Amino acid sequence: MAELEAGSICMAAGGGGRLRNALSGVLCAFTLLLIGVLAFSIRLFSVIKYESVIHEFDPYFNYRVTQFLSKSGIYEFWNWFDDRTWYPLGRVIGGTVYPGLTLTAGTIWWLLNSLNIPLSVETVCVFTAPIFSANASWATYLLTKEAKGHGAGLMAATILAMVPSYISRSVAGSYDNEAVAIFALIFTFYLYVKTLNTGSLFYATLNALSYFYMVCSWGGYTFIINLIPMHVLLCIVTGRYSSRLYVAYAPLVVLGTLLAALVPVVGFNAVLTSEHFASFLVFIILHVVALVYYIKGLLTPRLFKVAMTFVLTVGLALCFAVVAILAALVASSPTKGWSGRSLSLLDPTYASKYIPIIASVSEHQPPTWPSYFMAINVLAFLVPAGIISCFLPLSDASSFLVLYLVTSVYFSGVMVRLMLVLAPAVCILSGIALSEAFNVLTRSMKFQRPISDDTLPTAGDSTPGSSSTATITTSTKNANIKKEKMGTISKERSSKKSRKETELVGSSPVRPEKEEKLCVLPSEASAMGILFLIMLCGLYVIHCVWAAAEAYSAPSIVLTSRSHDGLHVYDDFRESYAWLRHNTEVDDKVASWWDYGYQTTAMANRTVIVDNNTWNNTHIATVGTAMSSPEKGAWEIFNSLDVKYVLVVFGGLIGYPSDDINKFLWMVRIGGGEFPHIKEQDYLRDGNYRVDAQGTPTMLNCLMYKLSYYRFAETDGKGFDRARRYEIGRKHFKLTHFEEVFTTQHWMVRIYKLKPQKNRVRGKLKLKLKSSSKTSLMRKGAGKKNPWR
Amino acid sequence: MPKAAGDAKLLIQSLTKAYAATPTNLKIIDLYVVFAVATALVQVIYMGIVGSFPFNSFLSGVLSCIGTAVLGVCLRIQVNKDNKEFKDLPPERAFADFVLCNLVLHLVIMNFLG
Repeated sequence: MAELEAGSICMAAGGGGRLRNALSGVLCAFTLLLIGVLAFSIRLFSVIKYESVIHEFDPYFNYRVTQFLSKSGIYEFWNWFDDRTWYPLGRVIGGTVYPGLTLTAGTIWWLLNSLNIPLSVETVCVFTAPIFSANASWATYLLTKEAKGHGAGLMAATILAMVPSYISRSVAGSYDNEAVAIFALIFTFYLYVKTLNTGSLFYATLNALSYFYMVCSWGGYTFIINLIPMHVLLCIVTGRYSSRLYVAYAPLVVLGTLLAALVPVVGFNAVLTSEHFASFLVFIILHVVALVYYIKGLLTPRLFKVAMTFVLTVGLALCFAVVAILAALVASSPTKGWSGRSLSLLDPTYASKYIPIIASVSEHQPPTWPSYFMAINVLAFLVPAGIISCFLPLSDASSFLVLYLVTSVYFSGVMVRLMLVLAPAVCILSGIALSEAFNVLTRSMKFQRPISDDTLPTAGDSTPGSSSTATITTSTKNANIKKEKMGTISKERSSKKSRKETELVGSSPVRPEKEEKLCVLPSEASAMGILFLIMLCGLYVIHCVWAAAEAYSAPSIVLTSRSHDGLHVYDDFRESYAWLRHNTEVDDKVASWWDYGYQTTAMANRTVIVDNNTWNNTHIATVGTAMSSPEKGAWEIFNSLDVKYVLVVFGGLIGYPSDDINKFLWMVRIGGGEFPHIKEQDYLRDGNYRVDAQGTPTMLNCLMYKLSYYRFAETDGKGFDRARRYEIGRKHFKLTHFEEVFTTQHWMVRIYKLKPQKNRVRGKLKLKLKSSSKTSLMRKGAGKKNPWR
Repeated sequence: MPKAAGDAKLLIQSLTKAYAATPTNLKIIDLYVVFAVATALVQVIYMGIVGSFPFNSFLSGVLSCIGTAVLGVCLRIQVNKDNKEFKDLPPERAFADFVLCNLVLHLVIMNFLG
């Protein structure tokens, strides 16, 4: 709240003399510093409540890459071929990873070490995200300042520093690409708007470099390279073309494309895939338009008409030729030139129809309404006011902000993960709305006293200069406040509406005669308005702190649960990875579902078959098939992959819902996509997925079921699954091809070893020597042990 | 048709007349831009004949030319006296920006050339 107050003070201080300007500058800097501290410290709940660890899945991979980078140096890093994952294929890490985050953390670590500050790589990685969220809030200040001035900038920065949607991806320990990418995104937008406002080539260069950093950090850079052309096109269509627009856009396309092509993971995709074609098309259109404007300047209007027809025909012909070529190129490629993830952005149902791997990730699902409220809270109500304020008056910068908001709202509706892109737009617009509202209310408070004293003098005053204009403005404000008071019946909606009215009325032509009468009761109304807005901000702050402390701080490798007899800590994941690290050979291969691949390589340092970088669908499908096959078939598949250990995550004992049994249908679907003998229907009873007595025999015989529930009935005698809340179907069975080697304290991770192959030669000799009756008995025994089907 | 031809003739005449009035330094920049675009065209034609095998070389060649042309146009926009938007931008500053941007561009191209 201190920041909010300071922000409003700073706004108020804007109009004064030189000393006041300097003071406001100092105050502004101080507020920004506080905002940075706030952004950093609100993300430390996870460290305080849990410990300083890397969170979740992907961050473990990034951590491992950073470790490698800090150990082996940058050149080794570019050439790194990782043979500990995707066995037996391996993965070229240097060429398939977005290196921005890793290089950033690596640089910070190197810098600190060369300053003799001995921090471990892990510590640096844990705190990278909070540091960059402070940077992101500063970048937000700059961007909003370009559009709407200091006050709105400070407000937006404060809001962004604690918006839950961004916190969810940038708490300490959440060492993921998005942590730095959001900063890069906002900063690139800032530099673009800055270039647009100043027309300086210097900022255009910086803009391209910042875009390069964004390309390095995150695949979401395609959002920038499509949004900026959209804005340029919008400017051209609405007749706002200026030479500043040319300076802002044309160098960015050329330099940005070249710089993007330097990043190995993008490479030639920067010119070959259709995500980037829009920018080239707009580049051409911009040149045509620039030429038209240039010729217009040279010629008389009559001649210009003639020239116009000429240029237009030629330009259109050129454009059509280019479009035709592009269309031919796009149509010739099998996926129409769009990668799966981008297609699923444009057509939300695409992924669930065609790409089970993308659809299986929960953060790729469309969001629900509550998740919007969770992610942006009261800001959702402020945004419309912000949009309106952007239209009064509409500048290049504010039209960019509106366009950014509109597109990101669409994208966030497609994929819950892209809520993160929406968050800055929402923060900026609601920052603008809040600051405008504060501006109007405080100004009306400020001019309240003079007007009551000067009513008579102004009515008959002869000096028309500044004082009378001031009166007019104040009286309008007062009228607005009067209106607002009428509108302020209760709650956010009505207040929002009234604020909209305020802004609308503020711009409409004024009739002083009428205003004089409306100058009553404004002071209380504006005080109420301010109080109300502060209360709204207070609610938002409370929600944000709650979200940071409770909802998003859990590291998900350590789970806690609160029950009547105190706090329980489930540290099973690290227990199992430590067991693997200490009790297995260095070159042993561990098979698990792909979710646990990154953690296994990073924490247990063992080779895995598949991991979270889902680049090879067939390989994942193979593991899925093995998990959904009966024991013998699974053993054969795993044995052919040199697997020694199989790891399953099981939540039935403690009621952990996101375990392998609940993910199992995705294994079946992904496996069935490549190997048609796995059919989803075999695992469903009347369309329902269940593992109790109603479960299908295929389900109750598959490897995943067996590995999860082996000896489970021994725990309580009944086999009651706490995650699914029913008794399991098959309780007592033996494993023939696998043996249990380790189960963690709460049974969350169970590790099995593949039994070695029987010594066949001897068995055959014995078979020939001994009598046939004994062999049949043995077979019978084997049949009992192996009851598939 | 004769009307259109007459119009075109008039147009070209007035264009050349208007263009002749531009200052010499702008004309030099124009020449520079035209040369860069022509070089890019030559490279594209060469690519059409021979093929685009070292694709990064082709790309860096063409983009270097286009980039140079674009930066030249930017410089021309900024130093143009008739352009009201850049009145308070001294030409020296514009040229310094131009040099900086060119440096970055060609550093990148040298990296990308392979």
